[in-house]
Amino acid sequence: MNTMSAEPIQAVDPMAPRWYRILQRRRENHDTFTLELTPEDGGAPMAFAPGQFNMLYVFGVGEIPISISGDPSQPQRLIHTTRAVGTVTKAMSRLGKGDLLGVRGPFGTSWPLAEAEGKDVVVVTGGIGLAPLRPAIYQLLAQREKYARIVLLYGARTQEDMVFRRELERWSARLDVEIFATVDRATSGWRGNVGVATTLIPHAPFDPDDTIALVCGPEVMMRYTVAALEKRGLEHEQIYISMERNMKCAVGFCGHCQFGPQFICKDGPVFRFDQVRAIFGKWEV
Amino acid sequence: MQTMKDLIAEHPFFRGLDPEHLDVIAGCAQNVRFQAGEFLFREGDEADRFFLIRHGRVALSTYIPERGAITIQTIGAGEVLGWSWLFPPYRWHFDARALEVTRAIAFDGKCLREKCQADSKLGYELMRRFASIMMDRLQATRLQLLDVYGGRS
Ligand SMILES: Cc1cc2nc3c(=O)[nH]c(=O)nc-3n(C[C@H](O)[C@H](O)[C@H](O)COP(=O)(O)OP(=O)(O)OC[C@H]3O[C@@H](n4cnc5c(N)ncnc54)[C@H](O)[C@@H]3O)c2cc1C
Repeated sequence: MNTMSAEPIQAVDPMAPRWYRILQRRRENHDTFTLELTPEDGGAPMAFAPGQFNMLYVFGVGEIPISISGDPSQPQRLIHTTRAVGTVTKAMSRLGKGDLLGVRGPFGTSWPLAEAEGKDVVVVTGGIGLAPLRPAIYQLLAQREKYARIVLLYGARTQEDMVFRRELERWSARLDVEIFATVDRATSGWRGNVGVATTLIPHAPFDPDDTIALVCGPEVMMRYTVAALEKRGLEHEQIYISMERNMKCAVGFCGHCQFGPQFICKDGPVFRFDQVRAIFGKWEV
Repeated sequence: MQTMKDLIAEHPFFRGLDPEHLDVIAGCAQNVRFQAGEFLFREGDEADRFFLIRHGRVALSTYIPERGAITIQTIGAGEVLGWSWLFPPYRWHFDARALEVTRAIAFDGKCLREKCQADSKLGYELMRRFASIMMDRLQATRLQLLDVYGGRS
């Protein structure tokens, strides 16, 4: 089955959570875990486009937005990767195989994979920012012939903090994609690059005149990344970022995630940089 | 067969430099090669050179008692290594060690300083390029200090 889409998919019933059961829980690092979910009602799998997110409800605790990190060509395995930072994410991290989660979605905009066809694609990401980009990478690799160079620049605090390490190794072994990883802090045994992710940009193999950049990471890292991409010659129209400000309703009603004139939940989370340039980096808008 | 001038002109650090200036600085340059594990320089030693890395990767590290050598940064192909030769007391602040076989163009710092004294246009061009690298490294260091992947609260 090939249900891959580059266009955002609309949730069938955006306000009603559907119950999903945890099939598998995988530890990514000390505070990040990946859950594989299957619909409890046995109904149709949830199709989604890379970059979209779901609202995940932990029973009796609360509901939070989490990007879909799985393969869009295998929607029967709904996959989310979460970092435990606060009330809901920590409660979620204590769930295990067989437990239930409420899911609403999918929501939001998607990475511009159709627009990137024929061009170089450079993915710049840090930390858990790789999770919202992994579906895009799956799709780029599944349709490898449609793109020119594919370059992944990945930064993490240390080697131990990297997520999807097995996959990074698998992708690194491919000859048709170029992967450069770097850590902020070298721990023993790390023989790769040391320095922030932006230091990989000046010499990465892509043609700035014909590239689309997909960026996701902590907001301050994205600011520096945009500056480094600009210095390399990219226009703001060639840069897409995923914003992860807090939200509640996910359908543009409540205003919780309003970002200047935009609502992250429905106009984002993926924005072309020129659309948010004026308000990007501001604490409150 | 590529001349030293060709090799220098190809390196991103000197891209677009005037051909006469390339001729002048080529006289201060030499091809060098380091095996994996070999030191390019050691902290505290006299800083009499800088390097344009052509292939390979070099770790900049410093020694912290009880923690050993800590790598602060790695420098790879297309990048420039070393600016301590520019300012007195001309001493290296870090160790630089090849992580893999590394080929570079090494410039004699004293020779280059003399050429820059004699030709202020060349001096300005060189300082401008080094200042830009220093600014990039300062920005990167700031970002590194922010520890952006650390705790959110
Ligand atoms: C569209 C979108 C997609 C997201 N995708 C993912 C994902 O794939 N994986 C993932 O782990 N997280 C993701 N997030 C972030 C996630 O939603 C928050 O971490 C979560 O809502 C925190 O809830 P909590 O109850 O655990 O933390 P709280 O108890 O609400 O907060 C704990 C601490 O985390 C801080 N915090 C909360 N939310 C954020 C945030 N969004 N960014 C930075 N700091 C925050 C708070 O200020 C506080 O200091 C996404 C957010 C958005 C908007």
